[in-house]
Amino acid sequence: MDGRAETEMNAPIGIVADRTSDFVDTRLTAPGIRCAGCIGKIERELSGVEGVDSVRVNFSAKRVAIVHDPEVDEDQLIAALREIGFDAAPIADNPLGNDDAESRKLLRALAVAGFGMMNIMLLSVSIWSGASGATRELFHWLSALIALPVIAYAGMPFFTSALMALRYRRTNMDVPISIGVLLATGLSLYETATGGGHAYFESAVMLLFVLLSGRALDASMRNRTRAGIGALLGSMGKSASVLAPNGSTSRVPANELEPGMLVLVAAGEALAADGEIEEGSGAIDNSMLTGESTPENVTKGSTVHAGAINLSTPLRIRLTKTVSDTAIAEIARLMDEAGQSRSRYVRIADRASRLYAPAVHTLSLLAFVGWMIAGAGWHQSLIIAIAVLIITCPCAMGLAVPAAQVVASGALLKQGLLVKDGSALERLAECDTALFDKTGTLTLGEPRPDLSNLDAGERSIALALAQSSRHPLSRGLTEALHDCAVPPAALEDVREIEGHGVTGIWKGGEVALERPSHTAAAMSVNLRVGDISHLVRFEDTLRDDACETIAAMRALGLEPRILSGDRSDAVRTVADELGLESDAGATPQKKLQALELLKQQGRNPLMVGDGLNDAPALAAAHASIAPGSASDVSQQAADAVFIGRKLMPVALAIKVSRKTMRIVRQNLGFSVLYNVCAVPLALFGFVTPLIAAIAMSISSLVVVANSLRLARSARVPGA
Amino acid sequence: MTGLTFLIPIALGMGAMGLAVFFWAMKHGQFEDLDGAAQRILIDDEEDGA
Repeated sequence: MDGRAETEMNAPIGIVADRTSDFVDTRLTAPGIRCAGCIGKIERELSGVEGVDSVRVNFSAKRVAIVHDPEVDEDQLIAALREIGFDAAPIADNPLGNDDAESRKLLRALAVAGFGMMNIMLLSVSIWSGASGATRELFHWLSALIALPVIAYAGMPFFTSALMALRYRRTNMDVPISIGVLLATGLSLYETATGGGHAYFESAVMLLFVLLSGRALDASMRNRTRAGIGALLGSMGKSASVLAPNGSTSRVPANELEPGMLVLVAAGEALAADGEIEEGSGAIDNSMLTGESTPENVTKGSTVHAGAINLSTPLRIRLTKTVSDTAIAEIARLMDEAGQSRSRYVRIADRASRLYAPAVHTLSLLAFVGWMIAGAGWHQSLIIAIAVLIITCPCAMGLAVPAAQVVASGALLKQGLLVKDGSALERLAECDTALFDKTGTLTLGEPRPDLSNLDAGERSIALALAQSSRHPLSRGLTEALHDCAVPPAALEDVREIEGHGVTGIWKGGEVALERPSHTAAAMSVNLRVGDISHLVRFEDTLRDDACETIAAMRALGLEPRILSGDRSDAVRTVADELGLESDAGATPQKKLQALELLKQQGRNPLMVGDGLNDAPALAAAHASIAPGSASDVSQQAADAVFIGRKLMPVALAIKVSRKTMRIVRQNLGFSVLYNVCAVPLALFGFVTPLIAAIAMSISSLVVVANSLRLARSARVPGA
Repeated sequence: MTGLTFLIPIALGMGAMGLAVFFWAMKHGQFEDLDGAAQRILIDDEEDGA
């Protein structure tokens, strides 16, 4: 590592642009970064690449920032990363990742409110302990001097949101907060100017601080999981190599492709538009669209769809439908329509505030009117009315929901489940039916070989051959052989013949891993050592803990079933093994209909799926979960994403979200109880700034402490 | 009482300094990669003679 990277531990490399003005900055996402070794390896190896000036890994976001010569292009950097074992992709414009700026704004406001709160509290404590006369007046003025700019800055998020709500003749949590803070500040200013005894500056600022911590927690939860999901999003079919008539190729983004263009699709690349094969033949993986795991053989004249992955030789494809006409775009439209019902969902905090705000405002108004009638004078009546507002300001309520949800989502994150936001947790808790897709969800979605007919020597030859290829079957084979700790054999002259297989020389004889001559079994390869050959069959196996997860879901009262786009015999095998009911051959439209039917029966379905064909269903379901290997669209449509080979996080998500809602209700219940006790004090004029400050801190602490109980909720028993 | 004329500005100044440091840290990306810093201490630099 070079010295500069050492000294600027966390600084993004781009800021040293003055010295490296002729270098460019490239950011790649590499989801495979898992440990310190990965950081070291990437930074060491990539720095050695010709033309690379410096490399910096961001471990949290799983990103690599590279400062390099403009002559080195992105593809070369990706290739260099692949060589050292990391799959990387350019960072796409991620529609999920735009609220980073919002959370920074909240953090800044929180810091300012914290600063103001501490200093004003310092002055207030001396007033409460008996400072009087000129000292008290001086301290009040000082407090006002600090509080006014702090409230103007830190209160902005609430004021703007409240204004927005009022403009549309609605009310939200921010309306009572803003009214409370502004009235308290106004009254305190008046008290200060007239030399009165009670200024509520510290209460106003403390209220902002506590509420801002709730907001900041909420935003940080969203950011953390969205960064995680952003790292998983690949570059699937977002651009294509277009062949010009003179034979040169150029990269064209998917949204600029036009029908009639001739594109070259390399092995392992995803199609960016629909088209017809003009040259070449081989197999494509259509599982993203259909959910069917067996590769489909295609040849000249076959129609292929965007989202399909080319598995074999490079194909030349004449585009027929692009951008919004593709089969994928049709799915996206279905998704948009399906997702609308979800945006109408009202979160529990807003439901609570719809009842709460009118009640509090009426009470405060009644207090004012009551004391006026009792003859207390308008000044005294106003002070009491404002005290009612301050003491009932939804301090605990503003924390009740986010505190519990942040702790729960942190606990789930440790178990490999990223929940996108609080609303997702609330909806997950309400699910009562679960629908599972098959390929990639109940199964791993990647072929696993049956190695029983290979001996140790053959296994090591197979590994040596397989690890030099990127074909999905080779990758499955490599992974399985790594798991049995087989060392690769020393081979010479290993060559990959596109569309045919891999060959090499072992102890003077030819060895090969090739496509079987008879194409009866689509998912198999032939291992040839000299004259002896073995057929290695592949299967898309169930996730290890699928059975236990299904049992756990049943124990939680959810009735799981399978809803798959795959062939009915393939689905039935899995369904029988797990003891589930199943529907096979479902198109995206049919999946939507099935969900609508369940909703009409008054049920809240949970959809778990990965393919593009599941995306509309994921958007339409009451709540949805996708595996980390799912298509980008599905991950964006889903409420939560689980990473790794286990299915258990799905059951865990339901369990923890229900527990979270229990805690949230307890928190809200406590807030109401607190108000029931505190309001009479305020109504009868016993509340002083000191009492308001103490009551506010205690109620917030109780809510936070109660929420922290969730930290242990996601632990798997025995793990 | 005269002590206050020193103490209050000092207290405010120190608080403001902390605030300024926090703003600086945020602007310079110190919070960008919180888990990375924990992992980096495990990297063995001597391996490549650096």
